[in-house]
Amino acid sequence: MSDEQPPVEREVEETAAEQELAQEQPRTPTGGDYAPSVAKRLDLYQRAGGIVTPLLTTIIAFLIGGLVVLASGSNPLSTYRAIFDGTGLNWLFPWVTGADRTLAATNLQQTLLLMTPLILTGLAVAFAFRCGMFNIGGQGQYTVGTIMSVWVASAFVGMNGPVHILLALAIGTLSGAMWAGIAGFLKATVGAHEVISTIMLNWIAYWIGSWVFALGGPLQSHANGASVPVSHDIQPNTHLHVFWGDPILQGLHVGFFIALACLVVYWATLNRTTLGFSVRAVGFNPEAARYGGIRVARNYFTALAISGMFAGLAGAIDVLGWEFHIDVNDIQASSIGFTGIAVALLGRNTAVGVFFSSLLFAALVNGTSTRHLDPTIFRPDLAGNLTLIIQGLVVLFVGADVLVLWFWNQRKKIKLRRHALAAQAAVMR
Amino acid sequence: MTAAAPTVDAIRSVNPRWVGAAGIFLGVFAFWIALPPVETTQLVWPAIVAAVAVAAGVWTIRQGEKRIGWGAIVSGVLGFALAVLAAQAARSNLEVAIVWSALIASMLVYATPLTYAALGGVFSERSGVVNIGLEGMMLTGAFFGIWGAATTGNWLLGLLIAMGAGGALALVYAFFAIHLRSDQIVGGTAINFLALGITGYLFIDIYGSNGTPDLSNGNWLKGESIPDVVISRGSNFFSQAFGDLNLMIWLSFAIVILAYFFLFRTAAGLRLRSVGEHPRAADTVGISVFRTRYISVVFGGMLSAMGGAYLSIGFVHSFNQNMTEGRGFIALAAMIFGKWRPIPAFGACCLFGFSSALAQRLGTIPSWSSYAVLFQALPYALTLIAVAGVIGRSIPPAADGQPYVKQ
Repeated sequence: MSDEQPPVEREVEETAAEQELAQEQPRTPTGGDYAPSVAKRLDLYQRAGGIVTPLLTTIIAFLIGGLVVLASGSNPLSTYRAIFDGTGLNWLFPWVTGADRTLAATNLQQTLLLMTPLILTGLAVAFAFRCGMFNIGGQGQYTVGTIMSVWVASAFVGMNGPVHILLALAIGTLSGAMWAGIAGFLKATVGAHEVISTIMLNWIAYWIGSWVFALGGPLQSHANGASVPVSHDIQPNTHLHVFWGDPILQGLHVGFFIALACLVVYWATLNRTTLGFSVRAVGFNPEAARYGGIRVARNYFTALAISGMFAGLAGAIDVLGWEFHIDVNDIQASSIGFTGIAVALLGRNTAVGVFFSSLLFAALVNGTSTRHLDPTIFRPDLAGNLTLIIQGLVVLFVGADVLVLWFWNQRKKIKLRRHALAAQAAVMR
Repeated sequence: MTAAAPTVDAIRSVNPRWVGAAGIFLGVFAFWIALPPVETTQLVWPAIVAAVAVAAGVWTIRQGEKRIGWGAIVSGVLGFALAVLAAQAARSNLEVAIVWSALIASMLVYATPLTYAALGGVFSERSGVVNIGLEGMMLTGAFFGIWGAATTGNWLLGLLIAMGAGGALALVYAFFAIHLRSDQIVGGTAINFLALGITGYLFIDIYGSNGTPDLSNGNWLKGESIPDVVISRGSNFFSQAFGDLNLMIWLSFAIVILAYFFLFRTAAGLRLRSVGEHPRAADTVGISVFRTRYISVVFGGMLSAMGGAYLSIGFVHSFNQNMTEGRGFIALAAMIFGKWRPIPAFGACCLFGFSSALAQRLGTIPSWSSYAVLFQALPYALTLIAVAGVIGRSIPPAADGQPYVKQ
């Protein structure tokens, strides 16, 4: 299998060379170019918008967001500035010093804390995407991961700390994999559409989570009285080590590095293993993959299960890293898994892309939160919804590749016209 | 799949499918007689009824109708098991929880928003556009319904404004899904995010922390809430169940039937379905695929918005952020469970509404309240089973979700 890899890469190089050639020598436009085949479109799409599309999408979304801010009577520039300061990214600027720097550090810790699960839920969506599936169930897989890991980490009193941590992470990961695996199994055996089954699994997880920690639920803790719908606290020795900031004030824990490692694992699995090769082959064209001897159904199951592993791990890391206990409201208000969809789409399902887009969304969510946004400049409760609008716009535009294609074609046309004009001018002279 | 060719024998003798269906019904009946008002304490009766159900199932299987036969057997066994449980349960609790007339009224209240949205989904998906954005369109309707009603002082205008807003959001979605051929699942997800953000933003911007004008009880301003249709306020079963229902509930019954007639009994409905099954063929005979899809999606958005408006100005009488809480997805589930047909989808909405109503009533009994929460997951679990093909496979329209490229 692995010796089939080089030809694919060579092909990519060839097309890139062709592309350069095409740019240098303007061809006469052909009429049938407007609606190319899916593969051709995907190819062009990838090249046309490698980095341009996500950037363009983000800029447009933020511009529209700015208009919304303007419409409600605030200054968009100072609002975005305040949001930026709220994210703590100004810590990166050397000229921020003193008390500002301390505050920026705390803010940045919170942003990176939020980025950690977003990377993982982003990968959960992205991995399934590469196999040609849309995993909307990241939220449910995340929820199941939190439930199982909070259970494991709060039970087994007296277990060795690191072993306990590993066990809780492993159980969280596996439960996420199982939850997604249900959808994968249904897809592989009876062809049930994964979008529908993962949506249903999301809500089943939501209500199971609302039940287990609710009053009279099996995992409810009575430590604070029987009327508080909350889980047991996890054992103190299962807390993940905080390496930056104050552990009591939610400093940044080592789970961040686990998430970063998962980015590498994601890239390596897809691009350097047989499994990744067959997953991508199925994603490009299931029929061709089947013809090539790849077991398509099994790959559907595997890809969704691996997706679920990422999301379940996200849940476990959140529990062990900073949440320490789960209440019913945590489960009902969480939208990490849904934001993961936007992360994966904006990051174009690549490891590097997911890294940057998770940083963007973590910063956006954190910068607009009540705790971090300066209320004198813009109301944080409004800004939280602004984040949702921007998120929606990003997803809307990212999905519209034909729009990008149209812009791309316009650019080409302008170039052609310029060439034609230059030629004309040369003739005239 | 199991629809065997109707042989002469099968037509002459009793249709085994009917026997199987009767078996399923008897299984439910076995459970029913253990509940109030009959509330038999002798388990003999449910046992006899369930045994007949199982026997009917066995006979049906031997006639070759395997799926429905197994359905009858499962129904009989389950019915008896539940009847045993009901007989064990505290009688006083049961009498609080199971009041059929109140349950039916409450079922209709919960089912109605779902019905509108599910029908919206049926229209959209029958024309070949997958609509994950039902939730967002519902939420938009809920906000603009109450905003319109509070601003104009008239519920009808509020409802129309809600429909306009839902239709506008659907139009945006339709443009991306149809003209720009973007992935419809991605687009629908975007619509849900957008609606959540826009309604939340406007809600805070307009009403701030005060919340929407509370239209319930004391602050009831005549004309701002969708009125109830009071037929009778008696104490008999029908008055309790149907005597005092909201106008929108009655309207939903009418729309279900109209939708069925339109989609399956008119030429325009046939055209709409043909666009969803085979757009190329439809285009060839002169049906505009794009126009049909635009109209269907926008109409679907309006219907979903009506469901949302019912929620805010017909039922809850206020608005809060994300008030639909996944109802759009239950509606989606109901549409799939009802196999993309209006009347079965309505049946599914009633089933899901019933589980909500039961969950709410069970929630009032302290010793049962924690399990009541689990009932909320029932619609999703049932739909998962349905897409898995255990209870009759759900198969979407052939071109559902595929953008059409004109040639």
